Amino acid sequence: MFPAPFDYYRAHSVDDAVQALARFGDDARILAGGQSLIPAMRFRLARPSVLVDINAIDELAYVRESDGHLAVGAGTRDFALETAPLIAQRYLLLADTSALVADPVVRQMGTVVGSLCHNDPAGDWPVTALAARAQVSIRTPGGATRTVAIDDFVVDSYTTAVGTGEMAVEVRFPTPGTRTSGSYQKIERKVGDFAAEKLLAGAKPSKDLIRAAMREAEKIADPSPDNRGSVEYKKAMAGVLVGRAIAGALERLGVGGLK
Amino acid sequence: MKIAVTVNGERYERDVEPRTLLAYFLREDLGLTGTHVGCDSSSCGCCVVAMDGDRAVKSCTMFAVQADGHEITTVEGLEQGGKLHPLQQAFWDQHGLQCGYCTPGMLMTSYVLLKHQPAPNEAEIREAIAGNLCRCTGYQNIVKAIQQASTELAAEPAAAAVGS
Ligand SMILES: Cc1cc2nc3c(=O)[nH]c(=O)nc-3n(C[C@H](O)[C@H](O)[C@H](O)COP(=O)(O)OP(=O)(O)OC[C@H]3O[C@@H](n4cnc5c(N)ncnc54)[C@H](O)[C@@H]3O)c2cc1C
Ligand code: FES
Ligand code: FES
Repeated sequence: MFPAPFDYYRAHSVDDAVQALARFGDDARILAGGQSLIPAMRFRLARPSVLVDINAIDELAYVRESDGHLAVGAGTRDFALETAPLIAQRYLLLADTSALVADPVVRQMGTVVGSLCHNDPAGDWPVTALAARAQVSIRTPGGATRTVAIDDFVVDSYTTAVGTGEMAVEVRFPTPGTRTSGSYQKIERKVGDFAAEKLLAGAKPSKDLIRAAMREAEKIADPSPDNRGSVEYKKAMAGVLVGRAIAGALERLGVGGLK
Repeated sequence: MKIAVTVNGERYERDVEPRTLLAYFLREDLGLTGTHVGCDSSSCGCCVVAMDGDRAVKSCTMFAVQADGHEITTVEGLEQGGKLHPLQQAFWDQHGLQCGYCTPGMLMTSYVLLKHQPAPNEAEIREAIAGNLCRCTGYQNIVKAIQQASTELAAEPAAAAVGS
């Protein structure tokens, strides 16, 4: 099905985009990679009257490390993170995530910030951003920038702290310390299946600690049943994924063969 | 809305409704039916085209207005002067297609892959085409075809250039 008719505006700067949002009112939406928004418009789950396209804002496509964090601009696509040497060396959690979202072609379009703004409960980036304690910068209609911790940014499924007329411009991930590791695990029937679970590793590693974490994950996981599996199956898999994530993260620190 | 798009080296100026998807613009407005539409929801990959030569995009999930000012390469743009592109020849040689429905997307996805990674190994090829579904071949011969093309392009890099 085709989307309902809408007007299209191509923004050339962040200010231009925010002013356009103000001009076009409540029904205007930002168009980033379109990999969530366009399918939603085709199914008529979304019916914006105006799309403000941010794909031509070249200065938004960046990955920069400074002052203890990695800044990823709203124009940065998953593919750019996946192929950046800096990410592969130092930001293992982000490297894992960027290579597991959707499929490689979708990742050449989809953006990290777009995924956060979409905030699908099964999305990969919101999960990783929560685990990594990220922050999101938002440009307000008045032109000011406010920064929101990820816990406050993700409000509920498909709902974020980005208000009417606002635009998210950047997400910042703290730079991990040298003895910090991470791993992102996911069970897929095929590529592009949405996320099930995650974890970051912490202190004093042992097999018992991993087993305890697995049991804890089974206990606190609160999945919904669907055609991918029952609640029992998903709870058990939450445990398995947590076990794999911790073991994977430790292996990257050179801590293998635990007792 | 008026747009100007360069497709396979030729510039087209057209007036399109913003909601027109790129795949339909190519097929219906420009008559380039080589680009196929399967799932229509960014999953199967048979609609993949190359944007500005270095990005594979699913044209069913991009608006034609987003291609304004850009260069698009479709499967029709691969062959040059009556000579098949090394990828096309390799799909032929290795029996990389049966019904051919997925083939345009497979070709364009691997065309972009070889630009970024001229010598991918088997695992990298399989990963790169993970967003392209084929119901016929079992992928084995598609992988072999991409391997053949990568070897040939390494020997003769000029053959890789198409369009513009
Ligand atoms: C076949 C397929 C499989 C997929 N599989 C996965 C998967 O496994 N895991 C996963 O996490 N995702 C998956 N996705 C979703 C995909 O990764 C999307 O790209 C991503 O969720 C949204 O990013 P986008 O840039 O495409 O955003 P868009 O679709 O352009 O936008 C999404 C929403 O965010 C808003 N928005 C975007 N950018 C901004 C901004 N800067 N400021 C304010 N609002 C903004 C838009 O208005 C819209 O409401 C899949 C998609 C497809 C088509
Ligand atoms: S038709 Fe575009 S991905 Fe299937
Ligand atoms: S050859 Fe028939 S779908 Fe691939």
